[in-house]
Amino acid sequence: MNFYATLLIALKALRVNLLRSALTMLGIIIGVAAVIIMIAVGSGAQEKVESQIKSLGANLLIVFSASTSHGGARSAAGATHTISEDDAYAIARELPDYLVGAAPALRGSGQIVAGNSNWSSTFYGITPDYFEVRAWTLADGRYFDPAEINGAAKVAIIGQTVATSLFGDESPIDQVIRIRNVPLTVIGVLASKGQSLSGNDQDDVVLMPISTARNRVLGATVLAKSRSVGSISIKARDGVDLKIAEEKIRDLLRQRHRLQPGQDDDFNLRNLTEILQAREDSSRVMAMLLAAVASVSLLVGGIGIMNIMLVSVTERTREIGLRRAVGAKSGDILRQFLIEAITLSLIGGLIGVLLGSLGAELIGELAGWPIRLSPFATALAVSFAAGIGIFFGYYPARQAARLSPIEALRHE
Amino acid sequence: MNAPLIRTVDLTKDYLLGDTRVPALQGVSLEIARGEFVAVMGPSGSGKSTFMNLLGCLDHPSGGDYWLDGEAVARLSDDALAGLRNRRIGFIFQHFNLLPRTSALDNVALPLLYRGLALGARQARAAQRLAQVGLTERSDHHPAQLSGGQQQRVAIARALANDPALVLADEPTGALDSRTGIEIMALLQTLNRDGITIVVVTHERDIAAYASRIISFLDGRVVDDRRNTPHDANADLAALPDPAK
Repeated sequence: MNFYATLLIALKALRVNLLRSALTMLGIIIGVAAVIIMIAVGSGAQEKVESQIKSLGANLLIVFSASTSHGGARSAAGATHTISEDDAYAIARELPDYLVGAAPALRGSGQIVAGNSNWSSTFYGITPDYFEVRAWTLADGRYFDPAEINGAAKVAIIGQTVATSLFGDESPIDQVIRIRNVPLTVIGVLASKGQSLSGNDQDDVVLMPISTARNRVLGATVLAKSRSVGSISIKARDGVDLKIAEEKIRDLLRQRHRLQPGQDDDFNLRNLTEILQAREDSSRVMAMLLAAVASVSLLVGGIGIMNIMLVSVTERTREIGLRRAVGAKSGDILRQFLIEAITLSLIGGLIGVLLGSLGAELIGELAGWPIRLSPFATALAVSFAAGIGIFFGYYPARQAARLSPIEALRHE
Repeated sequence: MNAPLIRTVDLTKDYLLGDTRVPALQGVSLEIARGEFVAVMGPSGSGKSTFMNLLGCLDHPSGGDYWLDGEAVARLSDDALAGLRNRRIGFIFQHFNLLPRTSALDNVALPLLYRGLALGARQARAAQRLAQVGLTERSDHHPAQLSGGQQQRVAIARALANDPALVLADEPTGALDSRTGIEIMALLQTLNRDGITIVVVTHERDIAAYASRIISFLDGRVVDDRRNTPHDANADLAALPDPAK
């Protein structure tokens, strides 16, 4: 007997017991839907972290000012600036084999005024390296030129949030903003990056030449007086071991700061990319865990199929006997019950995919979680469901095929 | 056509009950010619059911030989026996054994499905067999929507589906009232007149009386085998009071 005819018999048998078929499928439907939703949520979270890494810039090391102690009194980290612009230039000069650039940044915050609107934001005095190191690109306008960087020119490049807050739909290019009463001409707008790792709006920022920040905007404050800076962002070269680059930078800074062996660093060197990658790893583990838990429910669904198929074989013993009497070979019976089980799990799997996709979208919509539906995960869940049909359907099918026709016909 | 349809030589069957061998059939040798209408009788445990299972190719004998339509079947494989049942033998059971929630037409077509016929051919043949038992207008009905007599007629149509040489009926009237039972016997007599060999197992003398030959079993052996002048079931029906009145 051919496969098509067996398929037909199996489908007919499933339709005859429609309610039972539907209930049996329920386990698989829930299992597959759970797998799809969990993978969508997990990989959505992973994708978010990935995009954060991308916006941060790859291979990023950051040096911050650390706490210092003067005669036993320790001050808070960052309260004094222990690193300088010159440290940044020295790092760039001394370690060209390890890094692409070292960008000092002087940070400040204040009210930014344009016409009759104003906005509280953070600003950074920077050098041209900053754009490459921190992976900023322009959406509009131009970068600073060297003359502007060195000459404390009154120019600024603003982030998307600042641009829309101050200028709405108008183009900010060539408009004038005032920070601490210093007028700056907007020459560019940064491309949007969205939220940072800690949830801050990265687009809420104003960039200006470091000399402008030091001499004109922050001029009055103590911190800006020397050549000190708040942070130095360093981008390591691709393929360079970040641990080694870190070591080299630490050695250089300790040497420049004349720190004795045993004395604490007066700066903080952080590998942000590593932190993010650790977070990515943990979110990947989380995604796998979620999928594993969901797979258990798929397994339970499979056991449900086996359970029902065994009941079905017992209940349909006379039917099996009759089929044998009118000419079914034991292989025909085996195939019939196997196909019934596989059909149940496949149809259940497809419905599960549908419900799971809808459910994932709904969760993304309602909870505001990032969701990523992957065709690979979908295919995996469906083939897993079919596999479960074969695995858990085989035993009952073999039981059915092994029945002797006489015993089966005599069964009450 | 001179060769008998059924020939058994010293056919035996033992069952294992724990460690003891229980002989159910102790050397049965007989021949049944084409076109015979045979009733097999005997008390329960006499071996008549075992004999029927062997005739129906549902079981392997422990010893002896069996030729069906000239073919030696005693040592065929299970799959070969399945093919043989499909093409040569029609079964009728006491409890009809129709598939529930399945139309009469599909029930009749079941053996054709295992034969591998295409859908159109299956339906045409099944419809023709239903017409033969007078149930054309019931072809869409499920077994639950049919009376016992109608269900047994659907089962007979199914037994005829593949044009079998032999129809085996195991207590075909056992679950029916006497009038319906006689109707079923009348149908079997009609089929027999059309050339189909019929073997009926029964323990009712009245039913056996419609056969042209009665074989009696006791303790696994044939104890009696004689010709019988069959009663005419249709005549008996006509003599009965009409249930409609």
